[in-house]
Amino acid sequence: MKLTINGEEQEYTGEEDRPLLWYLREDLKLTGTKFGCGVAACGACTVLVEGVPTRACVTPAASLEGKKITTIEGLDTPAGQAVQKAWAELDVVQCGWCQSGQMLAATALLTATPKPTEQQITDGMTSNICRCATYHRIRGAVARAAEIIG
Amino acid sequence: MADTATFSPSRRFILGVVGFGAAGFAVGCDLRAADAVSGPVTQTALGPYVRVGSDNTVTVYLRHIEFGQGVSTGLTTIVAEELDADWKQMRFEHSPANDKLYGNPAFGGMMGTGGSTAIFSSWEQLRAAGASAREMLRQAAARKWGVNASDVIVAKGEVQSGNNKATFGELAAEAAAIPPPDAKALSYKQASAYAFIGKERDVAKTFGRLDTPDKVHARAHYALDYHPEGVLTAVLARSPKFGGKVVGFEATAAKAVAGVTDVVQISNGVAVIATNFWAAKKGRDVLKVTWDDSSAEKRSTDAILADYRAALAKPGQEARKEGAGAAALKGSGEAVTADFEFPYLVHAPMEPLNCTVEYKPGESCVIHSGSQMPTGDQKAAAGVLGLQPDQVTIVTHLAGGSFGRRATPDADLVTEATQIAKAIDGKAPVKLMWTREDDIRSGKYRPMSIHRMSARLNKGAIEAWGDRTAIQSIMEGTFFLPPGTPDFSAIEGSNDIQYAIPNISVDVHFMKSPVSVLWWRSVGHTHTAYAKEHFLDVLAKKLGKDPVAYRRELLAKEPRLLGVLNLAAEKAGWGSPLPPGKTRGVAVHHSFSSYVAEIAEVTVKEDGTFAVDRVVCAVDCGTVINPDIVRAQMEGGIGYGLSAILGEALTIKDGAPVQSNFFDYAPLRMAQMPKVEVYMVASTEPPSGVGEPGVPPIGPAVANALLAATGKTYAKLPLGAKA
Repeated sequence: MKLTINGEEQEYTGEEDRPLLWYLREDLKLTGTKFGCGVAACGACTVLVEGVPTRACVTPAASLEGKKITTIEGLDTPAGQAVQKAWAELDVVQCGWCQSGQMLAATALLTATPKPTEQQITDGMTSNICRCATYHRIRGAVARAAEIIG
Repeated sequence: MADTATFSPSRRFILGVVGFGAAGFAVGCDLRAADAVSGPVTQTALGPYVRVGSDNTVTVYLRHIEFGQGVSTGLTTIVAEELDADWKQMRFEHSPANDKLYGNPAFGGMMGTGGSTAIFSSWEQLRAAGASAREMLRQAAARKWGVNASDVIVAKGEVQSGNNKATFGELAAEAAAIPPPDAKALSYKQASAYAFIGKERDVAKTFGRLDTPDKVHARAHYALDYHPEGVLTAVLARSPKFGGKVVGFEATAAKAVAGVTDVVQISNGVAVIATNFWAAKKGRDVLKVTWDDSSAEKRSTDAILADYRAALAKPGQEARKEGAGAAALKGSGEAVTADFEFPYLVHAPMEPLNCTVEYKPGESCVIHSGSQMPTGDQKAAAGVLGLQPDQVTIVTHLAGGSFGRRATPDADLVTEATQIAKAIDGKAPVKLMWTREDDIRSGKYRPMSIHRMSARLNKGAIEAWGDRTAIQSIMEGTFFLPPGTPDFSAIEGSNDIQYAIPNISVDVHFMKSPVSVLWWRSVGHTHTAYAKEHFLDVLAKKLGKDPVAYRRELLAKEPRLLGVLNLAAEKAGWGSPLPPGKTRGVAVHHSFSSYVAEIAEVTVKEDGTFAVDRVVCAVDCGTVINPDIVRAQMEGGIGYGLSAILGEALTIKDGAPVQSNFFDYAPLRMAQMPKVEVYMVASTEPPSGVGEPGVPPIGPAVANALLAATGKTYAKLPLGAKA
């Protein structure tokens, strides 16, 4: 079956229950999408499916036929670019492991809500865990990305 | 490959041509564009820490692993400063595993990242490394141009004398032929002349964290991202109870899973090996293992706590005595006691433990990992595989967090992984992966403990202070502690209490359990600071004293603690009115040679729940190498510490862990993160640690704010949602 990943069509021939995360990381070598918990509890594996933040660790690749999937490697929308710029400007990252998921969650938030309030930022980001607790800077970076988008 | 380059035993360090394929494990440098234009780059070593590329890059070898704490920037900054480099040319790479060249003096000369030692243990060495390389470049230029070395200027990455000009890259080969100057003859910059040390990042990114660009653009390489062609993935079934041993296993169903190639028993369990992770995990799900629990832990948390309380009834090993010690706890005035209970905590770094082993029987082994103790892993792997340590190459990748979990004296991860590689005769590279459940349920926890705090108040003051702890030792049985020596690191922060109290008694009982324990970001200070600082507020309240004013009184002879206390109090507006429902709490603590005060503002809501709204942090870590990384470490330390005191606990039922993943072992989320302000004390003292010292004060600062709101003592952690 055909999956569209970062604008490229891929032929998926793997097992029906194999999560998208492992297909991305092991087969396509798209290792920017990270493994954190395997049970959709942390958000490290967040990708966008038709623009909607989705946990790749519990989503079978085979369930996404015909869907447009965006990973951190293909984050080229204006919101996505603004998010990456803001993340760099504020030096948000520490260990960096969760940050692909954080940036995809932020991109989805800003695409839906270009001028989020502080509460909307918290609500949009609180399901993504950062064990380094860079939350303080993530808040600032989402607000900064909103400014960059204009 | 770059990571296995060897150095000549002479005082000259000259490296051959390093091709681009070899730079594959370099991090922080995106050299692909240069490759297209100019082909392979020659790397020339100017000492063990500095390599100058023919493309004019300067790569600093890190002997410490970058796991988020910012050493890739901090250590590189120290070299760049004395080298007089241009920040744009600076790169970093993890050093090879080699104690002789890259040992950490704070780890007895063994390579190690931990104890917040990276900057302070490297300060003199890396200044020397930078200054030495600068002098070699200067001498090389003087020789080339036929001028006096004193007429050669090195500045901003350029070497100049009159009309002669050269880049570091152009002079590197000639500089490598210059004997390195005597360390005693090196001169260092005055602090007022620093170009990088103490400098703030700028928004245009001409100066900032070196690991940011690759981490933002998914180019950073972590150990789990290493996935060579044909690699097999292993997951291990470990004993459900701590200390159980394999009796036998039934693998028919596991082997029937498509993709499963092998099922092998090793010392710590039974490994299921497959062509990919999902197959290995499914195989393990249907594997049946029989365990011998005869020497396993069988108690539950409540029973363990009861054993701890029973031990606390008697005096333990004495760790500190001032004045009359414990005898002074009896006498006139008011006696106060409280038991503070701390649970097991899991490090739970976001990148689960993993490593990849490429083993050629009888020949060699290459291990890709993100370890805090690479030479310890190297020796452990050599022991398992029957190789010499120099036949084992450790390639250190970035790690997705650690908080102490990747510093294991028993090399648990690498021992398991190499046993698996051996069991399949190295027929393919094998990646051992820990799932999150493995991470939460496999031990190496911050030890649980009870601090029995006692005091006698008399004539408006604390006349006697007692702190008795029951806890497991982390260091006992490891090479860090000579046999028979009491492990007082278990109560660091208790036994060195700095308050001016005339009678002090600190003692400890070392408890035993098959549940394994390990240093967790700030180690003993995670509980000692809480017990000391919260109990002090309980006593201050009884004495009718203001918590900040009383600390000032008791710390009159401790200028650096007093300095951070005063700075935090000023910035937090201590004493100024707050809206109804809001209270403040303060805590101040010394750890890892640094001093930190934190003031928390807490709101107790009508439904009894509470929120931590704002934290003001003041830190004195001596000379600040990079203020924004100090800030980041304080912000992160506060979040990590807050996570534990609000909601983290690993509990045990009948010898097995109860929790399993992030839904029941619940880290802090954004909605719980306070606003954080960080202030640094200006200092010219040598730099000291920042990775851990931000953690200890946050728990007691929050508990003290709650005490101010409710009058209650918060003696059992985690605090939970209600005040």
